[in-house]
Amino acid sequence: MAEKRVSMRTPFARVQGLGPSGHGVEHWWLQRVTAIANIPLIISFVIIVAALAGSPYPRAIAIISHPLVAIILALAVVSVCLHMRLGMQVIIEDYVHATGLRLAALLANNFYAAIIAIACLYAILKVSLGRILV
Amino acid sequence: MAQFQLPKNSRYTEGTSWPKPANSNRVQEFRIYRWNPDDGANPKIDTYYVDRDDCGPMVLDALIWIKNNVDPTLTFRRSCREGICGSCAMNIMGENTLACTLGIDDCKADSVKIYPLPHMPVLKDLVPDLTTFFAQHASIEPWLQTETPEPEKEWRQTPEERSKLDGLYECILCACCTTSCPSYWWNGDRFLGPAALLQAYRWLIDSRDEGTGGRLDNLHDPFRLYRCHTIMNCANTCPKGLNPAKAIAEIKKMMVERAV
Repeated sequence: MAEKRVSMRTPFARVQGLGPSGHGVEHWWLQRVTAIANIPLIISFVIIVAALAGSPYPRAIAIISHPLVAIILALAVVSVCLHMRLGMQVIIEDYVHATGLRLAALLANNFYAAIIAIACLYAILKVSLGRILV
Repeated sequence: MAQFQLPKNSRYTEGTSWPKPANSNRVQEFRIYRWNPDDGANPKIDTYYVDRDDCGPMVLDALIWIKNNVDPTLTFRRSCREGICGSCAMNIMGENTLACTLGIDDCKADSVKIYPLPHMPVLKDLVPDLTTFFAQHASIEPWLQTETPEPEKEWRQTPEERSKLDGLYECILCACCTTSCPSYWWNGDRFLGPAALLQAYRWLIDSRDEGTGGRLDNLHDPFRLYRCHTIMNCANTCPKGLNPAKAIAEIKKMMVERAV
């Protein structure tokens, strides 16, 4: 069968590619840090949601308005969204190989995580500060 | 996207069933992957029958028996027949291992299935193209790097420092681990793979080596090192009982150590 030679670069040149990017450790470290932070934050989040469930509207507002509750919720949103973005990035890098599609997916991943995080923070602040500002 | 199906020209079909040996009481069936680059056909699975009374105990013995007695065109690599050269690495009963150190009885199968190492270009039958694999090994610069003028006799090392190389230096570069790694299947062009990374750690942890920082720089990349997601196929499959996943985890720890 005819040999399909796409390139005559040496195997060593192909392996070297564009060289090491000098990135990766921050990603790896932050993923672990947010994973550890998520443990207490998610447990607190579940407790808060359980307390909110079935509460009448003014009581629900009062719970979220409590500074400790609002801060825990805000921290949970930041930590979870960061963790989600880092994790999804790894999955995209693993499986999406077409350059254009990969760039689009990575962009969408960043935008999605940022929008979710900002929307959640906005909601928490609006509810918890609403009582003071109005 | 990652490929979940073999390319059309790599999908195998049923091949020849070779005759059973005459007057044999103990016959073992083998189903072996065959592909010839010259005939333009898809790969086939041939069926062979081996006379166990006339054949050694290992899977490699059976392959050699087939080549000698049934089908001289069956192509595979082999050399030392004692698990130190790494030539006869292949996929036997779904697991990458050395044909020379796996007993036919240990396969515990009515039909022993033998394929080349997964996800590598096949040159012929059970012979994969390991060019990239060896280039990746070369890229981690697997030799002692020093700046200090060479001592008259030798670079000295305490017994404790030497013991850190145990579980690393035994690697024979058979490629069983690297070709069992899904991360290597999807990103083998950029991820160095468990074998090369185990060797990288072998030089990173060597007390005599003075190139540690440069070695870490060379690995600091989301693809070269960080494609390892601790899937652990490498440690499960290693025919020498080594643990490349642990070596990679140690490299990641060194990366954090110098950054945090």
